[in-house]
Formats: sequence, structure tokens, C-alpha cells
Amino acid sequence: MNGSDHLSRTDPGALYRELSRSNLPATKKWWLGVGLLAIVALWGIGCFVYMMKTGMGVTGLNRPVMWGSFITSFVFWIGLSHSGTLISAILRLTNATWRAPILRGAEALTAFTLMVGGLFPLIHIGRNWRFYYMIPYPNSRQLWPNLRSPLMWDAVAINTYLLGSLTFLYFGMIPDLAIARDHATGWRKKFYNVLALGFRGSHNEWRRYHVASTIFAILIIPVAVSVHSIVGWDFAMAKVPGWHSTIFAPYFVTGAIFSGIAAVVIVMAALRKVFRLERVLTVVQFENLGKLLCTMSLLWGYFYFSDFLTVWYNRNPEEWEVFRSYAGDYLPLFLVMIGCNFVVSFPLLCMRRVRRSIPALSFVSLLVVIGMYAERFLIVVPSLARRNDPFIWHNYFPSWVEFSIMAAAFAMFLLLYMIFAKLFPIMAISDVQEHLFHTSDRKIGDVTVESIAMPHDTGKGGHG
Amino acid sequence: MEIKWAMAIDLDRCTGCGACVVACVAENNIPVVGEAEVEKGRLMQWIRVARYWEGEYPEAQAVYLPVPCMQCERAPCETVCPVYATYHNEDGLNAMVYNRCVGTRYCANNCPYSVRVFNWFDHVWEKPLDEQLSPDLTTRSRGVMEKCTFCIQRIRRAKETAAEEGREIRDGEAVPACVQTCPPGALLFGNVADPHSEIARKLKDPRRFRLMEHLGTEPRVVYLKRQKGAGR
Repeated sequence: MNGSDHLSRTDPGALYRELSRSNLPATKKWWLGVGLLAIVALWGIGCFVYMMKTGMGVTGLNRPVMWGSFITSFVFWIGLSHSGTLISAILRLTNATWRAPILRGAEALTAFTLMVGGLFPLIHIGRNWRFYYMIPYPNSRQLWPNLRSPLMWDAVAINTYLLGSLTFLYFGMIPDLAIARDHATGWRKKFYNVLALGFRGSHNEWRRYHVASTIFAILIIPVAVSVHSIVGWDFAMAKVPGWHSTIFAPYFVTGAIFSGIAAVVIVMAALRKVFRLERVLTVVQFENLGKLLCTMSLLWGYFYFSDFLTVWYNRNPEEWEVFRSYAGDYLPLFLVMIGCNFVVSFPLLCMRRVRRSIPALSFVSLLVVIGMYAERFLIVVPSLARRNDPFIWHNYFPSWVEFSIMAAAFAMFLLLYMIFAKLFPIMAISDVQEHLFHTSDRKIGDVTVESIAMPHDTGKGGHG
Repeated sequence: MEIKWAMAIDLDRCTGCGACVVACVAENNIPVVGEAEVEKGRLMQWIRVARYWEGEYPEAQAVYLPVPCMQCERAPCETVCPVYATYHNEDGLNAMVYNRCVGTRYCANNCPYSVRVFNWFDHVWEKPLDEQLSPDLTTRSRGVMEKCTFCIQRIRRAKETAAEEGREIRDGEAVPACVQTCPPGALLFGNVADPHSEIARKLKDPRRFRLMEHLGTEPRVVYLKRQKGAGR
């Protein structure tokens, strides 16, 4: 970073203006994007209503494949949500200051992927209009939901996670909303005034804010881990060959974080490009994310290998038939999964050149996201398609209704994200500011570099 | 008297004719979905006659295995239902409450025998077929799961008759449609808790086995193994 080129260290207003370009009045392009996404989302909603009116028969589902693309999408989206928590909470606790510029974007990613992912179980059930039977409320049937069912664990875990991550997102944003309030005009001023909850930035407020955010960070990690463990247990608890595996919980959490980091890279690269955030989202962030991605790829490969090896060696016929179908009907998807998640991406991520190149890293991340979608599908479907009784084996392919709803999910997510970026500070301004506060320019030869000298007196560093 | 309903299926006697399936469809208001839907794996029948081949052509022999709901003692479908739509009733049967079902389809996934069928659509019985619907039970709407009940409506009627006459239910009084119909008499139904019942004697047969016994589901349907040899 050039000395003349760095972000403003002393003027929060200038910093706010630079980091919140997404909050500028909406352009034609923005409306066009929102319009297109809204059309795709509305089309998907239309398809959903059609499915609800006609019956689940409009999907490709059958017996024995009772769960298909909707459950695949559910696992995929909930998986993506794990990035935000990792980056905000774990990196917060480990005091990794480089995370400041990606914090908000990742937290928003968590909230919106959870919202979209949480819709899928409701889309998936046969009588969607009776979904509230799963909610514990005093009713004429004198029944509570069956808490022995992993689906109920899921409902509880995901609701907790959604509420937790929304609180986390909002809470972390309060100081930024205060900065925005101080520097915005017009309706935005009123808007931020309400949302900032009168945060003035006094010493006391900051102290409480730090304590509270540390507590939040500590609390949200077990929630995040439990959420994807439970999603894994939805499968692992079942008497289904290929699902019933002890490795599923940690394997699912790993896969979730893996796909989540990939999603963060893609979203950050997009934000950087669209809102010209090159000065704050630097190669440092991307390289570190690349390193994390590399680690997760290795971990994912290791888990997959262990799961595969035990079944392969054991040749328990029920499980082996499932794995054998990977070489048969599901070979293309299997190759996509192995290639995108490990064989191609791992060597690429080992290269410093790839990690330091934002387009290359975004490309690898895209591969990972595709590979993880394929992986989710390969977990859900082949195990069902090759159930215990060979007489009823049946393959599955999603119908146009399912593809429409899957596309609508992406559209909805992007729509939520675009609206969020328009209304709220998409960069964690106060965290970036704090990071800048700790840095100074040092001349090394011809170049000026940013150097961080930790203040001796606090020792704790990062704001939480 | 304690009641434990059970079914015995003698594979030596089963000819694979499929009469049990027809009887079941007629008795339980099961929709006929047509060839196209069957191709997609959307058959609604509550009992299937699975056919396997033994040996290689020209010595290949068909093996028939009628598979109704196993009415497991430790039913895997029951624990996973979030809304108690499937539960264990007082006779130890695995019962379905259609009105409570929201259609998560988890029960069907967790059933190792894959005997549960899902209503992918609302089914219509065109005139005059609607006349043949049994008034003893409902038709099921789209989005709910259904399966073999051991003809619970027949069991209930037999129990009610017995109660009216102030006596215990007699052996052979409650008979599911498939058992009643089976031409070679391969199926047998009764109360195993009653030591004098025909089924209690039948289940002492050394040929007995239960489907996928290693899964620990403790099925109430017991098979009698086919004997190989001349004339069989």
C-alpha cells in the first residue's frame, strides 16, 4: 500500500464515505439488478405455489428417494452460513486483526444464507400449510412436537442460530451505525439515528461493547458447530446405509466452513470490485482466506477419505452399493465433487500465486461452491436411491420446478444482500478504523508499508 | 387379554400372484396412479410382491417376497416423525394419523423396508369408481404419508363386535384383506400373545426368519423360509 494512497486514519467521515459507497443513491444498474433478481425470485415463488397447489409430484422425487434437491439446497445454504461465524467469532477471539474489512460482509452472508436455507425444509414438506404443527404451542391436539426427531433438533438449532447471528450482526454494527448517523443526511440520518441506539462512543460504551461482543463471540461458536452437527445428524441418525456414519457431524461442520469461506471470498471479491474497496480489501485478506480455504480443503479431503476407506475395506454390501453407485449413475457428479473440492482446488490453493491473485482465488472458490453443492447432493440422494431392498431402487433427477426454486434461492439471497448493502454500512468501519489506528507507515527502501505495532498498555488488542 | 398382532408369510406357499396387492388396494382406498407414475417410482400400493431371480438362465427361478409394513416393535419411523403422525398404538401396531402428518417424509427414509408411500398428488376416483371406495376409512390428501395398517378398520370392527357380545376377540376374527384373499394361503394373521392361536403355533416353525433382522427393528411380520428341493 502506498503512503499517499492509504485510508484516512483520523477522519471517520472520510473513512465512512470511502467504505460506504454502497450506500450512495441507487443507480440504474442497481435497480436493474434488483429487478432481474426479483423476477427470478418471483418465478420461484410462483413455482412453489404451483407445487403446493398440485402436490410434491411435480418434483422428481419418488420412492425411495423421498428427499432430493430441496434437502440438498438446505444443507448447502446452511453450510454457507458457517463462514460468518468463523470469521467474526473465531478470528475475533484469536485476535486476527486482518479480518476487520471482511467482518460485516461475512456476518451478513451468515444471516442471509440462513434465511434462505431455512426456507427449504418448509418448501420441502408435503403439507407446507401445516408447518406450524412443528412449532411447540398449546393446541387443541394436546401435543407437543416430538423432540426425539432430529428434525426438531434442527428446527431449534437453526432458529437459535438465525436469531443469534442476526443479533450478532446488528450488535457489531452499532458503532458503525453511529458513525453513519454522524455523517449521513436526510432520511438516512433519521434511519441510523434510530438504529444506532444513541451510541456516542464514550469510554463506558466501548468497554461494555467489547465485553458483550466477546461474550457473543464465545456463545455463537458452539451454536454454529451444533447447527451443522445436527444437520449431519439428520442423516447420521437414520437407518440408511451411507448416512449412518459416526463421522458425519464433524464432516458436515468441516464441509460447511469450507464452502462458507469460499462464499466469503466470492462475496468479498464482488464487493471490492463493485464498490471500489481496493484500498481496504487488500491481497492480505484474500491470501489469508486462501490459506484457510486450503486448510479446509485438506481437512475435507481427509474426512472424505476416512469415510470412504472404511466402507471400501469393510465391503458391507448395504453401504458398498451406495458407494458403488458413485462409479455408476452418479459418476459425473462424483468427479465434479472430488475435482472441485480437492483434486483441482487443493494444489491450486497451495500456490502462493493463486492465493494472492483475487481472480484466481475467486475462481477456485467458485469451484469449491459448485463442488460442495455436488457433495451435498451425493450425500442425500444415492444413499436413498440404493436402499436396503434392491427391488425398489430408483434414481432421481430434479424437475424444472425444483431447478426454478433452487435458482430463486440464489436470487433471493443476492437480493437480500444488495438491499442490505444499500441500507447498511457493509464494511465494519469502526473495526477498520481501530485497525488503522494501530498501524503506521514505515519506509522500507523504496516502498512504504503498513506496519502494526501493538500498543503495550492494553495487550488485548482487537476490539472485539 | 393382551394383544400382539403378527403376520406370518410362508414363502413356500407364495406363488407371486399378486392377489394380496389387489385386495389391499380395494380394501384401503388406495389410488391407482397409472403406468407413467409407476415408472417414476410413485406406486401407492401398501404391500408389494418383490421379485428376485435366483440362479442363471436357463435355470433361473423367480423368488417372490411379499412385503407389507413390518409393524416393527422398535419402529425407526416413529422416532423421527417431528409431529407424532406415526406412533405405536395399544395393540403394538405402528399406526398413522393422516391429519397430523406434515409430510417431512423422514419416516419413509428411515424405514429399511421402504414400505411407506407418499401422496405425491391428490388422487381422484372417477365415476363410477368412487362407488367402490370403502366407507370405513378415509382417502388421503396430497402431501401425507401412508402405509399398511394391518387393516386396522377390520381389527377395530372385530374388537367392537367382541366387546358388544361381552367376550374376548376370537382367533381368526380379525383378518386383513391380503390374508383373507391369498389363494394359496401363504399369509396368516393373528394374536401371538394368545398361545392357542394358529399364528402362535405357526411361528414355532424352524423356518422362521424376519426381514433384515440385524437392524434390530423387531418386525411383527415373520417369514417362513422357502425350502429348496424337488417339487418345490
